[in-house]
Amino acid sequence: MPEVDQEVVLSRSFEKVNAILQKHQHNPSNLVGILQEVQEEYRYLPEEILTYIATALGVSPAYVYGVATFYAQFSLKPKGKYIIRVCDGTACHVKGSMGVLKAVREYLGLKEGEDTTPDLLFTVETVACIGACALAPAMMVNEEVYGLLDEEKVKTILERYEEGRE
Amino acid sequence: MFFTDRSSLEAKVRELKETLPCKRVLVCGGLGCLAKGSQKVFDRFKECLEREKIATQAKHLTEERHYAVKTGCIGLCEAGPLVMIEPQGILYLRVQPEDVEEIVEETLKKGKIVDRLVYQEEQDGRKVLWPLMKDVPFYRKQVKLVLRNCGSIDPESLEEYLARDGYLGLAKVLTEMIPDTVIGEITKSGLRGRGGGGFPTGRKWQFARVVKADRKYIICNGDEGDPGAFMDRSVMEGDPHSVIEGMAIAGYAIGAQEGYIYVRAEYPLAVKRLKKAIQDARSAGLLGENILGTSFSFDIVIREGAGAFVCGEETALIASIEGKRGMPNPRPPYPANRGLWGKPTVINNVETLANVPVIILRGADWFRSFGTLTSPGTKTFALAGKVKNTGLVEIPMGITIRELVFEIGGGIQNDRAFKAVQVGGPSGGCLTESHLDLPIDYDSLCGAGAIMGSGGLIVLDEDTCIVEVARFFMSFTQNESCGKCVPCREGTKHMLDILGRIVAGKSTVQETELLQETAFVVKDASLCGLGKTAPNPVLTTLRYFRDEYMDHVLHHVCPAHVCQAMKEYWIDPEKCRSCGKCARVCPVSCISGRPKVPYLIDQEKCIKCGSCFEACPFDAIVVSWRRKNDE
Repeated sequence: MPEVDQEVVLSRSFEKVNAILQKHQHNPSNLVGILQEVQEEYRYLPEEILTYIATALGVSPAYVYGVATFYAQFSLKPKGKYIIRVCDGTACHVKGSMGVLKAVREYLGLKEGEDTTPDLLFTVETVACIGACALAPAMMVNEEVYGLLDEEKVKTILERYEEGRE
Repeated sequence: MFFTDRSSLEAKVRELKETLPCKRVLVCGGLGCLAKGSQKVFDRFKECLEREKIATQAKHLTEERHYAVKTGCIGLCEAGPLVMIEPQGILYLRVQPEDVEEIVEETLKKGKIVDRLVYQEEQDGRKVLWPLMKDVPFYRKQVKLVLRNCGSIDPESLEEYLARDGYLGLAKVLTEMIPDTVIGEITKSGLRGRGGGGFPTGRKWQFARVVKADRKYIICNGDEGDPGAFMDRSVMEGDPHSVIEGMAIAGYAIGAQEGYIYVRAEYPLAVKRLKKAIQDARSAGLLGENILGTSFSFDIVIREGAGAFVCGEETALIASIEGKRGMPNPRPPYPANRGLWGKPTVINNVETLANVPVIILRGADWFRSFGTLTSPGTKTFALAGKVKNTGLVEIPMGITIRELVFEIGGGIQNDRAFKAVQVGGPSGGCLTESHLDLPIDYDSLCGAGAIMGSGGLIVLDEDTCIVEVARFFMSFTQNESCGKCVPCREGTKHMLDILGRIVAGKSTVQETELLQETAFVVKDASLCGLGKTAPNPVLTTLRYFRDEYMDHVLHHVCPAHVCQAMKEYWIDPEKCRSCGKCARVCPVSCISGRPKVPYLIDQEKCIKCGSCFEACPFDAIVVSWRRKNDE
């Protein structure tokens, strides 16, 4: 995975983080919302920023870190531009969501233990139900929902996203 | 549009009822239909109607015109994109953009039905058409109270909600009723919490009402985390104002001025629609200071969840809103006494709150005319899995599982045999064929070891392995266990390990007993609802499908042909040419042989990866499923 230039991230970031903190009135009870917005900005939560947020809110870094690691939505590692959420809810599971996941991973060439492509274009994760049970098996790419998937369909969908890069 | 008192609201409702056009084309904008391309269908309708000059978006049209509305979920997701033609109530299924021209020509202009797009059924070898929605078997037994507007109004239009007597319930409460009468009416209606537990809503409100405090809160629990459930999402997306009105009424009843809606992060559309609805309600004077000119003020904030199933639990949800890790706390104190920021708080589920306005408007007795004595009203279900008509349904309590699965659901896909229904998600249980005539209400389901849950209902057929399903649910709860209390944290892990060994064919009978024992401990000793109910899938499947467990444990057989470990690979000596390709690809080197002698697979070592099967150029590798007598 190419190193993200921390210097660049940080010099940009504090301004934006400050704006986000301002918007939430530096109120620790809005921590979840603050982290959500920070993550939207950077696609993950850089550790330095977590410490910065803790200081700004007057809480301990452990507290912020605790919240950031509790919720499935937050990631401390950089995520891809497109987040593929393969639904593994009950309906999708009994209709073969694991095959969909396998197809996605194979298409992206991800090795065991990896979930983001080296070019930071795609991240794949499973979620427990996106509420599209009638379309099982389903997946989301960012906020777009795709249903009634099979291997072929997965390929076509991901190809479209990949081409969008070029 | 700003309402300063009840009469101005009522006047507007009357006006809207007279002027809003009744000739409408409703295009389903629910998630299922959108993913199947309903946006294109909608755009096409708008385009066609505009060209034909028979309608556009403009409101207050004369009778001769149609206009197109994008609604919330119409229900029969299986057959989307769905289109309804009003006032006739014609339902068209699987409508593609290219069908739009024909619908406009035939149905809108000439009043004729396009046969190929309506619901069809085979009866005694001939086709029967059901063009009207109310006749379609999927809808025939449904009663829509909660979903009264879902699928028939534009969820982003306050006017359309008002035209359906919207906010009249709130107006009635604020001008005619004191908080105690409101609570009395809800108690009398027998409404029970639709989030799963079934606690009487009126009582919950009463608890918070009697506590003296400077601030109180109403929280709407929209953290619908059960895999396989999408009812609350449909309500929030399809009729957001009904939730807001319900919250305001609840706020008045307990004396709260602030409300929070906690929505899952996975539901971006619901968040968007709720935000718009709140804004519209605010600028119409239906939220905010001195609502309808009374002394009651109430406002709502949306909080997005961040992906934690345990936040569906009241105390964990409160922690999450406070910006902490979403971990539950022991009760008492109950949130009704000490909840959000230490203040009395009532947490109701989306569906519960959506019931409130109609109960107030039509009365408790009317509400009680639906459902059963102990479970009045209706329940929405997300019908999914191996059933023909998947979708969103609302049924009066008390109808049987058979009616729901076979009449509304249309039976099992591909005419396979019914095996079980899984009710209530990872906290619920599997019920079998012998329960098909069980009435659906809180107490009956509880008696059978399942729970109503929030309303996910997954149908399983003979090709589903029940042990694998139990393992699936356990892997879900184990993953979502927050780790605060030991029974849940450790117990779910051990149960998952045992289930993993059972599906891998490596378990023993003693271990199955241990599984059951652990399940009881976790159920009894866990801190919150997640742990207390997590063993339910295991316990119900052990109770009703013990044979299938034993097949896995004793005979290493998976009757449903799902568990890969119960598969066997063989080399057909007749077809094998001893080329050795299989032996070269085998990752565990369990295939051996010599030139001119057929190769052999060592069954002990084989990991059933299927590499040899793919490598063999002569189709000599045979896959078979172990059967009981293959000892």
